[in-house]
Amino acid sequence: MAATARIRYGEAILAGFEYLLHRYPEVFVIGQGLWSPWYVGNTMTDLDKKFGKHRIIDTPVSESACTGAGVGAALAGMRPIVVHPRIDFMLYAMDAVVNQAAKWSHMIGGQAHPAVVIRGIVNRGGEQGAQHSQSLHSWFSHIPGLRVVMPYTPTDARDLLIASTLCDDPVMYIDDRWLYSEECDDSPIRELDLRDIGPQCLRAGKEVTLVGSGYSTHLCMAAARLLEASQIAAEVFDLRVLNPLNCGDIARSVEKTGRLVAVDGSWTNCGLAGEVIAQVCEKIDPRSLRAAPRRVTLPAAPAPTSKPLEAVYYPTAEQVAQVAKQMFESARTVT
Amino acid sequence: MPVLDLGDLVDPAKYHEPIEISSEDPEFLRLQLRKMLCIRLVEQQLARARKEGIIGGPVHLGVGQEAIAVGVSACLRSSDRVFGAHRSHSHVLALGSEVHALFAEVLGKNTGLSRGMGGSMHLWDAPRGFYGSVPIVAGTVPLAVGAGLAAKLQGVDDVGVSYLGDGAVEEGSVQESLNLARVLGVPVLFVVENNFFSSHMHIGLRQPSNATARFAQAHDIPFAIVDGNDVVAVHKAARQLVEHARAGKGPGFLEAVTYRWLGHVDWREDIDVGVNRSIEELQNWRGRDPVGRLAAALEHAREWSPARHTKLIEEIDAEIEMAWDRAMADPWPQPEALLDRVYSSGGGRQ
Repeated sequence: MAATARIRYGEAILAGFEYLLHRYPEVFVIGQGLWSPWYVGNTMTDLDKKFGKHRIIDTPVSESACTGAGVGAALAGMRPIVVHPRIDFMLYAMDAVVNQAAKWSHMIGGQAHPAVVIRGIVNRGGEQGAQHSQSLHSWFSHIPGLRVVMPYTPTDARDLLIASTLCDDPVMYIDDRWLYSEECDDSPIRELDLRDIGPQCLRAGKEVTLVGSGYSTHLCMAAARLLEASQIAAEVFDLRVLNPLNCGDIARSVEKTGRLVAVDGSWTNCGLAGEVIAQVCEKIDPRSLRAAPRRVTLPAAPAPTSKPLEAVYYPTAEQVAQVAKQMFESARTVT
Repeated sequence: MPVLDLGDLVDPAKYHEPIEISSEDPEFLRLQLRKMLCIRLVEQQLARARKEGIIGGPVHLGVGQEAIAVGVSACLRSSDRVFGAHRSHSHVLALGSEVHALFAEVLGKNTGLSRGMGGSMHLWDAPRGFYGSVPIVAGTVPLAVGAGLAAKLQGVDDVGVSYLGDGAVEEGSVQESLNLARVLGVPVLFVVENNFFSSHMHIGLRQPSNATARFAQAHDIPFAIVDGNDVVAVHKAARQLVEHARAGKGPGFLEAVTYRWLGHVDWREDIDVGVNRSIEELQNWRGRDPVGRLAAALEHAREWSPARHTKLIEEIDAEIEMAWDRAMADPWPQPEALLDRVYSSGGGRQ
């Protein structure tokens, strides 16, 4: 029997681009570095050679104009994918994303929708420091009108890129370079309706619920394996779509486990982890909680460059597992 | 090399005489006159209603600037992709939007151009080529570049049009947009309505030169500087630049010099809050009236008369009254509209 084919995250994104560009003439890609895409791992290799430089447009250093141009092209019937190889640099594009793309449908009475994908890549670590490291998905998820997608599995990275591009609404698609070598079983490409996509349970367990998105889900999965070794059965949810966010399934899980750890690669205050906990707490009977919900997030500081500081800056699977275990200890103390 | 300058176009004592129309079709000019007058009278109605508090939100009026949108729109077609800004009533009306739909929008009614969701500052009429206006200064400039780029990718000879003001060129994204449009050869026309004021502040206090076309020059984009209160001059210059763009030769830049008779927002003349704005200057600029100068030129050519002018005003006023009354009686958006229009799904589904 032939072994199931495996697919890696980086190749999966590339496969998503190729699928879209083959089948949909209205799709084009615009952003910096696209004719020499070493910035983006193997996720865009040779797209310009296969599909032409008129559809794969490398640009001047103009995050604001390029993103705005993506919005305008979408209003004129195209389905552009705007690529920002590092999210930090796209802060110049916030007007196009937040004021224009996100609000367009509403402020003109739902008569037109900018079907634009803005791909922002989280690209951190390696002593790159404060402006080469940020995960700003919590910001974007605050904005009504913007859909925010943050895939963890390779097949989601591919299929949700496709779903985002075929969706009529503006979508922030955020992928993470730390996931590019993540592997899973390959499956045929599926054209999904992004509106049907929400949090997914990746691992069943009865004693604690771990929630992540993107690379944080990777940490949750690794932490679940560590907890298993300590005879703790963790249930893991991958959020996938951060806006609109529906934590219904997660709330049901927490009613069962009584324990919730929200893991997020952004900061604590007003962040995604807090939102997950708030939504869950609003939905459940508080008596079902066996311990106070916890967050594992970044320290409230910009990313450092110095190696030892960087080593303590980013959350690890061990840390997630540790926090989960503490919930069992505190519960014992209470009883 | 000397910095580009607007020359005597900045002197409000000049260009008061009737405009040059000898090579133009009188029927076409009468149509232009009617459009300009309609825009003016519509805006005067909005000014009154705002003053009386019937309109609750801000209205940015362009009384005195009517020739620019009318002249530019005469070279456009409904498949072109036009974007406006905060002062865009003239832009939609010049493209043929219904007065009633504009009134209904400003009043927040469900029958408005944006179904009552946008008000004066967010107008939409894509079937007539108007893709949208927003009040964030320069917000739509890159969008117009993108819409032009889309035309190029779609293999059609439609153009993007970006209306912006002299203040917008101070924004970084405009410089990025000019560069991007030039480098990618995008069919887009940038139309700067230079009325010398960004809100209260005169261009002399904001920029080292009063000619915003120097940015086109810097980006190697063909440009023209015209008397923006001369509808024929605007039309001729715009036509040349639009044809250039339609022929696949890239962007163009039109700087139209004008003056707004009212303040930055609402009905007041804003003499008191303007920096470098005086009653004398305003009176002088009223002498460069785009409507009056075309009417006078047509009269000189025996193609118009004061009696016809009066009759035309009465006709338009009657249309305005009817449109206003209808808009006032129109329904508001239903409460569901608040959530239904956020995403494309509608029907309460997010």
